[in-house]
Amino acid sequence: MARNSDLADLAASILAAGSDDRDGTGLDTAAWKACAGAGLTSLTDPDTGGTLDDAAVLLEVAGADAARLPLAETDLLAGWLGRAAGLAAPDGPLAAVVTDATGGDRPAGTAGGTVTGSGGTTGTVSAALTRVPWGRSLAAVVVLDGDRVLVLDTGAAAVTEGANLAEEPRDGLTLDGVTPLATGSAPAGAAAELTLRAALARSLLLAGAARGALARSVAYAGERTQFGRPIGRFQAVQQMLAEAGAEVAAASAASAAATSTARRAGFAAPETAFAVAAAKARCSEAATAVARIAHQVHGAIGFTREHALRLVTTRLWAWRDEDGDEAFWNDRVGAAALDAGADGLWPLVTGRP
Amino acid sequence: MRPVAATSTPAAALPELVPDPVELPAGLADLRAEVRSFLDDERGAARWTPRADVWLSGWDESFSRRLGERGWLGMTIPTEYGGHGRTALERYVVTEELLAAGAPVAAHWIADRQIGPSLLRHGTEEQRRAFLPGIARGEVYFGIGMSEPDSGSDLASVRTRATRVDGGWRLSGTKVWTSGAHHAHAFFALVRTEPRDDAHRHAGLSQFLVELDSPGVEIRPIPLLTGAHHFNEVRFDDVFIPDARVFGELGNGWAQVTGELAFERSGPERFLSTYPLLASLVGELAGAGRADAGTRRRVGSLVSRLWTLRAMSLAVAGALESGRAPELAAALVKDLGTRYENEIVDAARLLVDIPPDPGAESGFARLLADAVLHAPGFTLRGGTNEVLRGIVARGMGLR
Ligand SMILES: Cc1cc2nc3c(=O)[nH]c(=O)nc-3n(C[C@H](O)[C@H](O)[C@H](O)COP(=O)(O)OP(=O)(O)OC[C@H]3O[C@@H](n4cnc5c(N)ncnc54)[C@H](O)[C@@H]3O)c2cc1C
Repeated sequence: MARNSDLADLAASILAAGSDDRDGTGLDTAAWKACAGAGLTSLTDPDTGGTLDDAAVLLEVAGADAARLPLAETDLLAGWLGRAAGLAAPDGPLAAVVTDATGGDRPAGTAGGTVTGSGGTTGTVSAALTRVPWGRSLAAVVVLDGDRVLVLDTGAAAVTEGANLAEEPRDGLTLDGVTPLATGSAPAGAAAELTLRAALARSLLLAGAARGALARSVAYAGERTQFGRPIGRFQAVQQMLAEAGAEVAAASAASAAATSTARRAGFAAPETAFAVAAAKARCSEAATAVARIAHQVHGAIGFTREHALRLVTTRLWAWRDEDGDEAFWNDRVGAAALDAGADGLWPLVTGRP
Repeated sequence: MRPVAATSTPAAALPELVPDPVELPAGLADLRAEVRSFLDDERGAARWTPRADVWLSGWDESFSRRLGERGWLGMTIPTEYGGHGRTALERYVVTEELLAAGAPVAAHWIADRQIGPSLLRHGTEEQRRAFLPGIARGEVYFGIGMSEPDSGSDLASVRTRATRVDGGWRLSGTKVWTSGAHHAHAFFALVRTEPRDDAHRHAGLSQFLVELDSPGVEIRPIPLLTGAHHFNEVRFDDVFIPDARVFGELGNGWAQVTGELAFERSGPERFLSTYPLLASLVGELAGAGRADAGTRRRVGSLVSRLWTLRAMSLAVAGALESGRAPELAAALVKDLGTRYENEIVDAARLLVDIPPDPGAESGFARLLADAVLHAPGFTLRGGTNEVLRGIVARGMGLR
């Protein structure tokens, strides 16, 4: 993947600006409009000419800048699911929900719920959806319910507000007897692909947030003085930051390698399932170390609400568990390794049997 | 206490910690398959037994020659010097396959990894012709003469001195920890050619290409804690080095050595020393059907880390291939990789109830014993982790 640095610069210029309400919990409306205007909210839509690699660049920047935007949810998840089912979704922020009836081995803590009713062109449905990202701000939610896909207008939904550790909305949505905006049939393997797409997107966001936390810590270590010199001159502090640097590099390399595997082999390929699992597990592990070190380096000031460090560290804590924590994904990697056995392990790791 | 306002993000100000990812060209799958089938044949014929830390301890000259015959040594050396003009990524594939198999690569390791590239960059035409073809055939072996009794992490403090004489130089001093000096044909010695200047500690150092059978060179074994003879003390007692064996530019030794270290630090050997033990661990667990969730997760974490380290190391190899020397990224990979090698040892100890057995011929008990006894070296050789972190801190602008 040749990293698209123009795109990274564009994204950074939009996202670093933030909105007045940067410390709030809601959507960053101004940034959303700017992103939508620049085509950044639908990068993986083949019609817009973007690629998964472009989306990866954007998500890393969004993670580093703690952007309050459902970019992954709208583009990589709901956008993909709608397109794959041949359905149009309205413009605006979207989220995908896989209902409990769909089954499959899904990580805890992701959006779920139930849908009843026939849907179709005439019928109505009722839905009780939980932990929907940015539920209160969505234009629509794209629901995978068994082998059907429904696009539901969330305008009429009763919202139970909830949030993750980073105060990002994770809401309950209740819809009663509504007519879906569109209904279609789900492509084979949709639930499994959504799980992988979400984990990959989250890995990229984590890698970005980790980089953001490190960058803030390095900058702070250069400014904060104790004992007559910047704390960054103390070897103990340098060693901590170097360790964080290694974790950030690992998260970045893992999420980038999983992205290129997915682009090359597609999400249905076993090597993509392996690469994404390994990447999300590694990024979640890195999150713990980087957040710990970032707070240690910042001292008490970083533990305050006023300080911006929390914008990235609370995301590291929230995202390391969302879309599957390291236990969930390492379990899959471990199972694959044990299935491969002593002789099959190396081919599994190199992706070249 | 005055709260600090949220500043605009400094994320863009961080230096590059890891280069862009590398996807191996599909064509390399054939090369990989060839190497795998060669290694299968070798194991089938019991020509060697897989071991941990083979690039340190697996000295087998006939194996090195067999690799040479296949064209798998000196791969990146141009054909006019007996090499094969192949890419760094092709070499990477061959190298990682050899290490993963636990094959005995120590004899040619240093020559192939760093002496070849160094000779190409800094050597004279005569030096290249004298040494490169033998390196590519797997017949000429090298050591590294950097460390001294009082110079380890602080390498610029070396005291071995070279004094100008007619037609060359005279060397006096002592090198230590010289891997393989008792088998090697030659090494690169880092020495002082100018008196030390405390304001410019890295100035006045030069490298010499010392043939180890030169009169006045004395090589004495320093046994490892296992008793094995791996490294040595190398003493120079007024050793004559002809002008033709000055390596690179006089006074440029520090820059040359640092360049070598980029090759030395970033390779797959920095996380694969204990790979044969990991494979054996997986074999034991799969065979015993002992795959409870905790075990699966621990194994999974080791494998996720391995996969990630490989992606990082490939990225560094890709950058080296395109002519860059990503010193910061190489240091990060080595720090993370060598700590990871130790994690495998601990997992293997705790997940399987087979005690280490240094007397076993092969198998898990032997691999574990070798790995435990070799583990202290992982985080020392090639520059200690603490010193590497100093390099990282400097790269991030902290010193
Ligand atoms: C298996 C093996 C093979 C080797 N092969 C070779 C070889 O072929 N050729 C060769 O030239 N050398 C070789 N070496 C030597 C190796 O490069 C040195 O061991 C290494 O550079 C450390 O130097 P030292 O052992 O003198 O430790 P010291 O430099 O004395 O360090 C001791 C401890 O102090 C720490 N320390 C020192 N300075 C600092 C600092 N500024 N900040 C923080 N911590 C510090 C170190 O990290 C370490 O933990 C080999 C070593 C091993 C273990």
